[in-house]
Amino acid sequence: MAQNSQTMYLAIILAPLLGALLAGFFGKIIGRIGAHMVTIIGVAIAFGLSALTFKGIVLDGGPIYDATVYTWGVIEGVHLEVGFRIDELSSLMMTVVTFISLMVHIYTIGYMHDDPGYQRFFSYISLFTFAMLALVMSNNFLQLFFGWEAVGVMSYLLIGFWYQRESAIYANLKAFLVNRVGDFGFLLGIAAVLMYFGSLHYATVFETAPLLRDLTIQVFPGVNWSLMSVICILLFIGAMGKSAQMPLHVWLPDSMEGPTPISALIHAATMVTAGIFMVARMSPLFELSETALSVVMVIGAITALAMGLVGIVQNDIKRVIAYSTLSQLGYMTVALGASAYAGAIFHLATHAFFKALLFLGAGSVIIAMHHDQDIRNMGGLRKYMPITWLTALIGSIALIGFPGFSGFFSKDLIIEAVHHSELAGSGFAYFSVLAGVFITALYSFRMYFLVFHGKERMSASVRSGLRETPAVVTVPLILLAIPSVIIGWLGVEAVLNGELFGGSLLVLPGHDVLGAIAADFHGAGGFVLHGVTGAPFVLAMAGVAVAWYLYLARPELPGRIKQSFGLLYNVLDQKYGFDRFNEFFFAGGARGIGTLLWRGGDAAIIDGLVVNGSARTVAWLASVVRHIQSGFLFHYALAMILGLLLMITWFVTL
Amino acid sequence: MVEQLVFYALSGILVFAGSMVVTVRNPIHAALFLVLAFFTTAGIWLLLDAEFLAMTLVLVYVGAVMVLFLFIIMMLDINLVVLREGFSRYLPVGILIAVLLGLEIVMVLGPSQFGLDIVPAPAHHGPAYSNIEELGGVLYTVYVYPFEIAAVILLVAIVAAIALSLSGRVKKRRGQRPEEQVVVNPRERVRLVKMAAERPDSETP
Amino acid sequence: MIALSDFLILGAIMFCLGVAGIYINRKNLIILMMSLELILLAVNINFVAFSHFLGDVAGQIFVFFILTVAAAEAAIGLAILVVLFRNRQTINVAELDSLKG
Repeated sequence: MAQNSQTMYLAIILAPLLGALLAGFFGKIIGRIGAHMVTIIGVAIAFGLSALTFKGIVLDGGPIYDATVYTWGVIEGVHLEVGFRIDELSSLMMTVVTFISLMVHIYTIGYMHDDPGYQRFFSYISLFTFAMLALVMSNNFLQLFFGWEAVGVMSYLLIGFWYQRESAIYANLKAFLVNRVGDFGFLLGIAAVLMYFGSLHYATVFETAPLLRDLTIQVFPGVNWSLMSVICILLFIGAMGKSAQMPLHVWLPDSMEGPTPISALIHAATMVTAGIFMVARMSPLFELSETALSVVMVIGAITALAMGLVGIVQNDIKRVIAYSTLSQLGYMTVALGASAYAGAIFHLATHAFFKALLFLGAGSVIIAMHHDQDIRNMGGLRKYMPITWLTALIGSIALIGFPGFSGFFSKDLIIEAVHHSELAGSGFAYFSVLAGVFITALYSFRMYFLVFHGKERMSASVRSGLRETPAVVTVPLILLAIPSVIIGWLGVEAVLNGELFGGSLLVLPGHDVLGAIAADFHGAGGFVLHGVTGAPFVLAMAGVAVAWYLYLARPELPGRIKQSFGLLYNVLDQKYGFDRFNEFFFAGGARGIGTLLWRGGDAAIIDGLVVNGSARTVAWLASVVRHIQSGFLFHYALAMILGLLLMITWFVTL
Repeated sequence: MVEQLVFYALSGILVFAGSMVVTVRNPIHAALFLVLAFFTTAGIWLLLDAEFLAMTLVLVYVGAVMVLFLFIIMMLDINLVVLREGFSRYLPVGILIAVLLGLEIVMVLGPSQFGLDIVPAPAHHGPAYSNIEELGGVLYTVYVYPFEIAAVILLVAIVAAIALSLSGRVKKRRGQRPEEQVVVNPRERVRLVKMAAERPDSETP
Repeated sequence: MIALSDFLILGAIMFCLGVAGIYINRKNLIILMMSLELILLAVNINFVAFSHFLGDVAGQIFVFFILTVAAAEAAIGLAILVVLFRNRQTINVAELDSLKG
């Protein structure tokens, strides 16, 4: 059995890799159709087997697989290995990742139809799928880090896919650099784990962790910090980079420069959730440090609220969704901080479906609009693109958490969990997530109304070309819309009573907020009924109503509000000045330091002092010594005599 | 006892001759005092049973080198006044240096280090001893390569000395040039001109 | 009996005379060369004395080589002196400063 599962898991992870290699290296030979065929087959195999795994482990309660496949090296007792840990958490992630990836692959056939980099694109997204699978299937920190960096590289390549656009190059460089900041913390965290646990293997580390709970270390002399807090916060810094939490979120909006399928696959559904997944995976560590959990929660709460606010003022359809993604990632992070890991992963999964749906829907709109992404130029698209309209509506409703749709279950779960949490900062977090509900509804439906309803603001030539997109685009939309509706119903009970994740997530008794909710839980229907009467529902409906009033009933109002709240609008429009601050402080500072080092260090000290200085010293010395070389014989003789005298004196006194 | 007397007498002459070499006005006198110094040194070496070297010193140095010195001094028209410039100025310092140096060397090599009680004087060899034989025995066996090299050095010195003194005169080569004499053609040397025996009439005025 | 140190002191005195001669007669090249001969002589005295007192003939062999080299040196030196005088009409060392290292 073990041998069989190992073969199966290897097939899951290697099928996309094979597809990527074939499409990448032999793209010219196998052609466009060949390229998308091999990659789609590869990902389809991965999805099929992942679904089987999910069924075997979660539904049938099969054994958890945790084994090393290949030992890469052994250094002083530290094993560097490739291994799989397939439990409820990773099998769920694998299924979500491969499903979304499959949908995106199919969708890409339509979206990238005319692009010259067709084969390259398929190669990249398949390779990304491989990297993401390596990340989630890993059973050790090293492979986790490999997958972590590999998805980062693929993200870099894909954001800069249209590498002739200057903005794309800027965006991918920015994404890469900001992620380096997070990865630095992440790597330090892994190093700390290796240093104190002596192992990179999850199981070993998690078993040992409770023993080191009260250990304190001195990072700076005289300051005692809890080891667990240090490790967890360092790891979380990595998660902040990858999952775009404040203040490392700045790369995600810009990453929308990449093709829309990428925005859906990488920057909404999978890669950005790697941080969430990682924290959930590390729950046995995070549970040991309430400090770290508080930090996680507060950061998540700030992100959830602040990024949602920015989403209201954006006009680029993809950017609105990007800020929505940031906000939802904030929700997941809050859930992690409240120890509701299952809630976070549940939201991750539902969000993956409806956010991919929204992105692909936006992509469909963009195709129809001939790659115009400004929602001020849209309107009334409902008539022209019924399938896109309907699926986008489903996605939006799911996003705002309308009772019964998938977003409702996961988001309400998070809100309730935060409500039950007793950690420091949970009050602020509760306020943030509640306010976030209103804001989510506002920006989602602002976009929805502006795009699909109201006046048709596009130019006549564009309007004449408006029609529903082809089946390769709409079929994934429909396929994604289905889980966006139903997955909440299916999942919520299993999440609450802990069946879905079994032993893969550890929650200490004192933190068990989901357990508290489960005590009042009486089936999904009851949960919906309860939700209809709750504050979140009211807030969401208020948001929809405000959006309707401002953008459909009284379209002239937003402009006036913009004028009367100019300062606030500017703050939001500038995204709180993070970009400008980073450009000024970090980029400018780095350039300044670089100039300083160049002028001061290289030019002045090395070139000036060391190189030219030594030469000049020698020249000066020579000009002095030259006078000794008078050319007169008796001077030389005198020198010799004096030398002789000194030598003998030395000899005598010795 | 006699030996000691001889030694001190010779030493006195040697030191006197040496100091005259470096102080006399006339280089000729200096050279002659140097000859005296070499002679007395040869005597001292005889006291040390180094007969061959003593003879060599007299023959080679006095007979060849010093004669060479004298030749050169006499050949060259030297302005002694200029060369004596600053003599009295340098004398005190020179003496100071010499005394300092001497004292220090004596401190190193003095009786406390190499006195009789530390290095006893060996007995003199008997009449059957041949210094030349002993030297030759070693020189032609153990030191044969240095000996050959010394010979080459002397040869080089001869060639160098001749080359140096000739270098200025290479252009003014005198004497016959047989190679040119052999290839000479009589027509280049003599031109035969045919002319009428009488003057034409028309030219007469 | 004459001690080894007596010979060594004699050598030292001759050496110092040679050094002083180099210092005092700094203009006259011929006297300089003679001072050099004095120094070599002092060294030779030491060699011979040590050879005698230590019963090792190698010292005398060395003196032999020194004499050889000194003779060669004197020959070449005087040849140079002659050439020098022919070119510059002087042997004043103070005027011979064109050879700067």
